[in-house]
Order: sequence, then C-alpha cells, then structure tokens
Amino acid sequence: MTKTVYFIAGISLLIAMAALSLFIGAGHVTLADLWSDSNMRQIFLVSRVPRTVALLLAGSAMSVAGLIMQLLTQNRFVEPSLVGTTQSASLGLLVMMVFAPGATVMTKMVVASLFAMAGTMLFMFISRKIIFKSALMVPLIGIMLGAVISAICTFFAMYFDLLQSLGGWESGDFSGILQGRYELLWLVGGITLLACWSADRFTVAGLGRDFSVNVGLNYNRVMLTGLIVIALIGGIVVVVVGVLPFLGLIVPNIVSLLFGDNVRKTIPWICLLGSGLVLLCDIIGRVIRYPFEIPVSVILGVVGAVIFLVLLSKKRHAG
Amino acid sequence: MIEIDNISKKYQTIPVLKNVKAIIPQGGITAIIGPNGAGKSTLLSIISRLLLADEGQVKVHNMDVVNTPSDKLATYLSVLRQENRFTSRLTVFELVGFGRYPYSKGRLNKDDLVYINRALEFLNLTEYKDRFLDELSGGQRQRAYVAMVLCQDTEYVLLDEPLNNLDMKHAVAMMKQLRRAANELGKTIVIVIHDINFASVYSDYILAMKDGQLVYQGSPKQIMDSKILEEIFDTPVKIENIHNQNIAIYY
Repeated sequence: MTKTVYFIAGISLLIAMAALSLFIGAGHVTLADLWSDSNMRQIFLVSRVPRTVALLLAGSAMSVAGLIMQLLTQNRFVEPSLVGTTQSASLGLLVMMVFAPGATVMTKMVVASLFAMAGTMLFMFISRKIIFKSALMVPLIGIMLGAVISAICTFFAMYFDLLQSLGGWESGDFSGILQGRYELLWLVGGITLLACWSADRFTVAGLGRDFSVNVGLNYNRVMLTGLIVIALIGGIVVVVVGVLPFLGLIVPNIVSLLFGDNVRKTIPWICLLGSGLVLLCDIIGRVIRYPFEIPVSVILGVVGAVIFLVLLSKKRHAG
Repeated sequence: MIEIDNISKKYQTIPVLKNVKAIIPQGGITAIIGPNGAGKSTLLSIISRLLLADEGQVKVHNMDVVNTPSDKLATYLSVLRQENRFTSRLTVFELVGFGRYPYSKGRLNKDDLVYINRALEFLNLTEYKDRFLDELSGGQRQRAYVAMVLCQDTEYVLLDEPLNNLDMKHAVAMMKQLRRAANELGKTIVIVIHDINFASVYSDYILAMKDGQLVYQGSPKQIMDSKILEEIFDTPVKIENIHNQNIAIYY
C-alpha cells in the first residue's frame, strides 16, 4: 500500500521535473509566450518537447537494459556501457561513417545494434567460458573487452580522421535532440514495454539455468530475447543520444536494494528512477553554466560514480 | 516409475557414469548413496534433464526426459540442486510462488495461492514469507528452496542433498516432512544423501553408487550391511540394530 503511495509521489516528481525541463534552456520560454508567440511555440515543439521525451525514453530504456544484463549474467556489476555493448555500437557507427557516410539514421541504427549484439554476445560467451572465483571478475572481463573494442574504434577513427566526430557521437548529450532526430527512441520505448511484458521470464532466468529448466522455461530463448533487447536499446540510444554511463548499473542496484528483484514489481520503479535520474542530470547540466550546456554524460558520470561507491560500501556491510 | 537405461556420461575424457541401469519405483523415498565423486549428483541431473547424457535414456512416468517438452515435464518432475546461490533478491513468498511457474507462467491465481500457502506451512515458513532470501539463515533458506519445489506439486521430486545447511533438529524435521509428502501426498521422492543413517531410517529404497556405477540396490535392510557398506565407502563400518533401526557406526 505504502509502496503505491511512494510510486505516485515519484511519478508526480517526475512530471514536475519534466515540466521544468520543458521551460529551461538558452531560449527563454514561458507559458504566456507559448500562448501568444508562434516562434516560441516553435522552439517548444521542435526542441523542448522532443528533448524531454528523449530523456524519459532513453533513461528508462538504458536502466531496463542494465537490469536485464544483470539478470542474464547473474551479476550485479555489469551494464551495457561497461562491458562492450555501447563500445561495439560505436564501432558500428564508425564503420558506417567510413563506408556509408550518407546512410540514413535508420540504417546506422540497425548496423550499430548489430555490432552491439555481437559485442554483447562475445562478452556473454567469454564470461561463461571462464570459471570465476569472484563475482567481480565478470565486470573486469567486461571492462577489458570494452577497452579493447574502444581502442580499435579510436585507432580507426584516427586513421580516417574521424576522432572528433566519434567523440561527438559518443558523449551522451541531449542538446542535439530536435524534432525529426529522436523519433527512433519511441522504438526503444516499445522495446522497453516488451521487456516489461516478459518480466517474469527474466526473473526466472535471473535465478539461473537449472532453476529455469526445472520450471520449464526455455532458457536459451529468454537469453536470446534478452540479448536482442539489450543490443537494440544500447545501439539505438548510442546512435541518437550517445553513451549514458553508470545508469544501467546504479538504477537496478538501488531498486534491488529497496524492493528486491521480482522484475514484474520492480520494473516500473526502474523506469521511473532511470528516467528521473537522467532528467535531473540533464537539468543540472543545463543550469550549471547557463546559458551554455554541459553534456548529460559528464554529470551522470560524476553523480553515478558517487552513487556506485556508496552502493558498494553498503553491499559490503550487508554481505 | 523412473527408468534409467544404460546411462553413460563423461566430463571431457573422464567417465563419471558408466552404463547405469536402474528402476526407481513409484512412490516412497529412494535414496542415492555413495562416496564423493561416485556420480550421484550427475545421475540426478541427467534424470531431471539439467544435464544431457552421452548415451542411454531416462524415462520418467513413461516420458523420455530429453524429448518431452520441458514445460510439460515441469508439471511431473521437479528438482533442487545442491548449490543454490541466487544473486537476485526475492522474498520467500515470491520464490515459492515461482514453483507455480509451470502452471501459471508467473501470473498467480487463487489456486496458486493455496498451493503456496500450503507449501509455506508445510515447511514452517509462514512467518518468514515476506523476508528476502538473503535475510535468512542457511537452514531457513534451504527450507525455502524445498518449499518452492514442493509448491511445484509434481509427482516426482528430486533433491540433491536436501539436508545441506540443516542442523540436527531441522534435518530430522526435513526428513519427516519428506516422509509425510511421500505418505500423505503420494509423491515419489528421490534424494542424494550423504548420511547413510538418514537413508536407513527414512528411505524405502536405496541405490548405492561407486566410481560411476550402480553397485547395489535394494531395501535399506538389504543395503545396511557392514560388508556392502565397507565395499562402497572403503572404510570400516559396523551395523548396530538400535530401536529396530539399522544404524551404521563408522566414527
């Protein structure tokens, strides 16, 4: 009962932040302007609304992708931007910039997602092949893999003189979100809903292969579904927004500590917290050096790292 | 009835099961005993389709465990492995509720709630039902796992070392509960167990394994024989009849 009250409170807070996000930025827009000034209405509809929608969609989707990855690897310390998924997506993007610079955003997204999928599968494969003595080995392997892919990316970007555009693509930033350039994120929203719908399957898979087989779940199919979901979300978000560091790591961990891991119950919280956190970081980034903007990935990196360290120390006390 | 027909299994090149052939009778408790590395857990995993055999066939209730759809089998056979380390945080109620997954696919209905509450009561877990698993003692957690498997309400229940982590009191209580499940609910229970005295007192049938082979099978009276046990375990064993139970003395 109290959880419902908290959730409603959380939703209200999110709506308040979204409203704030609509009215903050270099161009000063007020409610009255919207009514009277058609130019202002233009800014509002072309820039502010898409940006806010993009923040909500990308924030919740990346958090859900992190959750699914943690369940499928049965490891709390992994997320797509840590273990090679987003790095692979960037590599895919680079390949497109070199070989088909004129390709549509849609094609770029598909290619980035395919690369993301290959990278994620490679990570899952390696993490299964090696028998780990400690749970921390899994993310370490992921970080190494991510670094290798990232290095390959940088090498070719230098070779083709694309380092700057790659950097621009990669850093998570919502300032470039305009009408016509973010709509793919609705697809991400759809995929996130699909993941919510299969919540129970992911919960069971998170209890391991033996447990899943015992209750008759098709474990391999759920693994594949999860991989596709992670890769599509990771790939599309990288193409449209860039990398959102730590998000998929901290949000599922906070929600797990508070409410456990029954995904059907916790996934609304994960969406709420994920979109709220990104929204908050973006608002901070817009206000801190007004009228200039600091990319959300920078703010998120700082905030995320601090939260993550707090979580780690909490875990040690609990364990 | 579980029919095990000529099962062989190798890990890389090391054979762990060699042509195991056995029939586990319908009803009652069957105990699989044997020294470490005899292949008991591997056999249990193969019976429950968690592991594929290299050769041979297992039939549970006349269904080939490899070819029968896994979700159908899940309503006839349930299994609990020895190590259960979950990184997920679930409450006892949620975990036990997933025992109903083969029937309701996660969307619990009224019938499911009856089964869940019954399983919780059966293992005296009702007062802990809203606790997270990582907030329980090892023994309580072990009971929660068994409750989950019983909640699955299958005719065949396979348990690998169900007395793991249980102290004397809870180990006896667990065996009594399994006995009750066999007697009152008519289940066929197969357990891998280390303590042969528990096997002697509580089981109806014993399969004894050594070096990947089935070396003896029979009633506890037949197996609880000092010569047989010495041969299986390579250690001196004396059998004493105490209160009409055959108890092995090997300490």
